[in-house]
Amino acid sequence: MSYFGDIVKGIKTLLTGMSVTGKYFITSRKGAITQQYPDNRETLKMFERFRGEVVMPHDENNEHRCTGCQKCEIACPNGTIEIIWDRQIDPESGKKKKMIDQHIYHLGMCTMCGLCIEACPTDAIVWAQNFENSVYDRSSLTKVLNQPGSKLKAGVEE
Amino acid sequence: MNISLNITTTITEFLSGFMSEGAANIGTMVVIALIYLAIFAVAGLYLVLLERKVAAWFQLRLGPNRVGPWGLLQTMADALKLVSKELTGTVKADKFLYNLAPYFVIVSSLMALAVFPFTKEFQAFDINIGLFFLIAISSIGVIGILLGGWASNNKFALIGAMRSGVQTISYELSVGLSLITMVLLTGTLQLSEIIEVQKNGWLIVQGHIPAIIAFMIYMIAGTAETNRAPFDMVEAESELGAGFHTEYSGMKFAYFFLAEFINMFIIAAVATTVFFGGWLSPFGITESIPWLGVFWFIGKTFMLVFLMMWFRWTFPRLRVDQLLTLEWKYLLPLNLLNIILMALIVWLNLTIQF
Repeated sequence: MSYFGDIVKGIKTLLTGMSVTGKYFITSRKGAITQQYPDNRETLKMFERFRGEVVMPHDENNEHRCTGCQKCEIACPNGTIEIIWDRQIDPESGKKKKMIDQHIYHLGMCTMCGLCIEACPTDAIVWAQNFENSVYDRSSLTKVLNQPGSKLKAGVEE
Repeated sequence: MNISLNITTTITEFLSGFMSEGAANIGTMVVIALIYLAIFAVAGLYLVLLERKVAAWFQLRLGPNRVGPWGLLQTMADALKLVSKELTGTVKADKFLYNLAPYFVIVSSLMALAVFPFTKEFQAFDINIGLFFLIAISSIGVIGILLGGWASNNKFALIGAMRSGVQTISYELSVGLSLITMVLLTGTLQLSEIIEVQKNGWLIVQGHIPAIIAFMIYMIAGTAETNRAPFDMVEAESELGAGFHTEYSGMKFAYFFLAEFINMFIIAAVATTVFFGGWLSPFGITESIPWLGVFWFIGKTFMLVFLMMWFRWTFPRLRVDQLLTLEWKYLLPLNLLNIILMALIVWLNLTIQF
């Protein structure tokens, strides 16, 4: 008789569901995922995969990995990245070489799609997990990613 | 009128010290009504808080915790906000019925509270048709919902109200029949005597298999009757706005909201009285201290309220046709079979007595 079979099956599946939520209820004290944000501002750490803004990491010698290839500028769908570059004489080899002057990033236009970071051949730009991005003036959303006086790290271009 | 119960007699005796007998009787009624109103306004608010906290814990959240310690004053603040809000209404609403509807709902749910024996002496009104009175009163609430939906002159409200009519009238049958199953065992409808019977073991133990089936049916139908998820066809936020109370605001909305939670308490309290021995302590451990019965009653009721909240945050919602299939094709035939089974068990003396 499938009528009574259905009833038994129905009760069994309902109890399965209740046991799942019941386990969650019991462990909710330890596993609460809510962050009480302004209270734990000092200790709050965002996840690795969180897309806050695009940054260019510099090492202790103030050297970055950006060669000025402009692939990120081309990859960006809404013109967020602007690279100002020129050819200068490299002091080591004495040859003329393409170098970046300013890597300009308009955070106000960025949709956090990540295409620039995927396009970068030298991993010069990465995601930062900073989420407090609001400012009082729109102009401060335009950021220059390379620090003043920074230069290309040796060996990146090989 | 022969009401020989402690709170009533105490207050009557106190009042008749400086009043005539008739005035003292009326005074007693007013005082008891005010006490019950106050207790259950506060209880309703804390049930809302409990619901929000339990929902949060089921979803691994924290729940309200900002207003007062552990958020205990959150619903007080909400109620204060609702009192201070403007009472809006639709232009073409039927003003009289529109304003009447919330009172129908809240009054019917508060009336039902009068007959519960919270402990041996603490019962406002002990009538010999207690259980029947409860079933009858809980059906009146749906008139308020239908009136509210109809008088709002809003199509969502009307659809919600009609669904509520369909749902409550259907599930009323299951509630009534599952309680009748238990009445076969007790032989009385009076709530205080139902509890007297359970001194030989709670009815869910006395009646074993059919009692457990009746309890399951009662909880399903009871959840449906309070219009809560998974049976929230009436309010259905995603389809109907807010259902029958779409056009209500401020305190009138709060009445509907409060009535829903008090109804939940009533359903759980009936189950406590009929299946789990009411204010009786398990194995009679606190029989020497009668006032502890209140805590046993409230404790058992809140366990069942928690069960209903557990249902709400676990099960997916039903469609209207599934709702009616569940009632008419499954619960009702099972219930009728169950009554026969219970009758056989009572007839053949197969109940478990301690």
